[in-house]
Amino acid sequence: MSVAEPGPIGNAIERVSGGQAPGLLRRSLAVGRTRAGLMITVLVVAVAVVGPFVAPASETGFVGAPYTPDAAGTVFGTDYLGRDVWSRFLYGGVSVLALSGLCTVIGVGVGLLVALLAGYSRTWVDELLMRTTDVLLAFPAIVLALLFLAVFEPQPATVVATVAAGHAPRVARVMRAAVLDVAGRDYVRAAESMGLRRWPIRLGDLLPNVTGPLMVETGLRLTYSVALVAGLGFLGLSGLEADQADWGLMINENRLGFTVQPWAVLLPVIAIGLLTVGTNLVADGIARAAAGTDREVGG
Amino acid sequence: MSLGRLVGRRLLVGALILFIVSVLVFTASLFLPGDAARAVLGRTASPDRLAALRSQMHLDDPPLQRYLSWAGDLVTGDLGDSVVSQTPVVELIAQRSVNSLLLMALAALIATPVALLLGTWSALRRDQLADHLTSLATLVLASLPEFVVGIGLLFVFSTGLLRWFPAVVDQTQGVLVQPEVLVLPVATLVLAVSPYITRMMRATMLEVLDSDFVHQARLNGVPERQVLWRHALPNSIGPVAQVVALQLAWLAGGIVLVEFLFDYPGIGEGVVDAVTNRDIPTLQALVMLVAAFYVVVNLLADVVGVLTNPRLRTAGS
Repeated sequence: MSVAEPGPIGNAIERVSGGQAPGLLRRSLAVGRTRAGLMITVLVVAVAVVGPFVAPASETGFVGAPYTPDAAGTVFGTDYLGRDVWSRFLYGGVSVLALSGLCTVIGVGVGLLVALLAGYSRTWVDELLMRTTDVLLAFPAIVLALLFLAVFEPQPATVVATVAAGHAPRVARVMRAAVLDVAGRDYVRAAESMGLRRWPIRLGDLLPNVTGPLMVETGLRLTYSVALVAGLGFLGLSGLEADQADWGLMINENRLGFTVQPWAVLLPVIAIGLLTVGTNLVADGIARAAAGTDREVGG
Repeated sequence: MSLGRLVGRRLLVGALILFIVSVLVFTASLFLPGDAARAVLGRTASPDRLAALRSQMHLDDPPLQRYLSWAGDLVTGDLGDSVVSQTPVVELIAQRSVNSLLLMALAALIATPVALLLGTWSALRRDQLADHLTSLATLVLASLPEFVVGIGLLFVFSTGLLRWFPAVVDQTQGVLVQPEVLVLPVATLVLAVSPYITRMMRATMLEVLDSDFVHQARLNGVPERQVLWRHALPNSIGPVAQVVALQLAWLAGGIVLVEFLFDYPGIGEGVVDAVTNRDIPTLQALVMLVAAFYVVVNLLADVVGVLTNPRLRTAGS
């Protein structure tokens, strides 16, 4: 069964094969949209990281009446409990970034391991692993995450585990195809004929030659992680402490006052939007560089 | 292998996957800390009430027996009672399914032709400004999470700049008597699925326009309009059809956040409600429903892919 999640660069991925990391990064930076994406991403990350140190008010302190866009002494007014929206925005990026970063690393890591194992085994292991991904891919990512969250209480650790569990089978599919492609090449046969064992070949010959698709996949998964982590926060299910500032949670808390105090929702929404666009532009740029073309896909 | 047998085999695989999914969904409830009864009643529940609910939910039976009776009920359409509202789950789900299908059908019916036309138009203007703008816009839209797009639409058309459409659905009435509530959720879903279809259509169209038979048709003096409608378009529909089907499958998950955002009484909002209330029987039924839809549409995408690609047709055997 095919993977029901064609990325925006699905076409380019098919053309990606091999590509050593350092040269590929340099070539990616020659693509305009990689630079634009990188700048946007760095900007949002900087706001999230530096934000807590420059926030004018505390994360939880009350500074005025609830839902007042022009409360005295505030830039963007107050939220549903009368806390400073601008300060909570500045505090609220770290959790989204940290959680989505973790989801990406774990999800891509597990997916890559499965791919290396399955793509270079030529035994029932491959069949077993791929049929397992079939089952996991029978749920839309968000529904799988919600099923997990209903069973294990919503906590940041559960969120990371469920989102990563959604990524792993999708990453495994893409990376297995890349590994299979490399596994038939002459230098792998040469390594085999020298009597090298399977894991040294996987790590020494296969892994270095699938870094292109791996980087693209990592960028894509980061985009989806941000969307899912923030989306679960938006549903009020990210399991953070009730008064912790978090971009996803801010949208959930303040959405009923969207008409009177739009900033409490708009600021985090804009930040999340910029972050996903930034990371996806980078992923697209890398895909183009790896495909050996900076022209439009199919061109 | 004949095409019929290939399709039949895929159907069999789909049924097998659904079976394993049902085991997984059922097993998930076994892992509940405490158990389903405690999840409903909370930590302060008295032992008597817990015991009563446990026997009502047959929690004391062995797991295999519980699975068989649950799966049997599922197949016969008896989904049990919601442990929160005590009403049959079927009643809760029926209206929500209709509402969600309406949302998805409208989104698909609008998104598909618009995206196909936009992709073709963009391909015909290759490397011109319009093409670059379309490419950038679809890339940005494809990156944005659907709730970000939805909130943006809400701000522009409902609560902020313009006040054209209601922000939420009046849940005391049916959806059809207030069709204006459909506009923004449908628009959000259309904006979510169109970019992929547009990009795929553009790429395929470029390939077809560059192919030998199109060159030949042009050399034969076939008018450009006819080249496009008679030769290029029919030949690019095949590869694109699979992406369209995959995007339809995506809608099954996409409705979750969108329905929650607009308070739309559909399956997606039902899933979120069930998770928030820890209403496991309802959640199990809803997740099975979504998974079934997802698997079936993915299967269709697969079959469409096989039917339209002669190389795959033989590779499958």
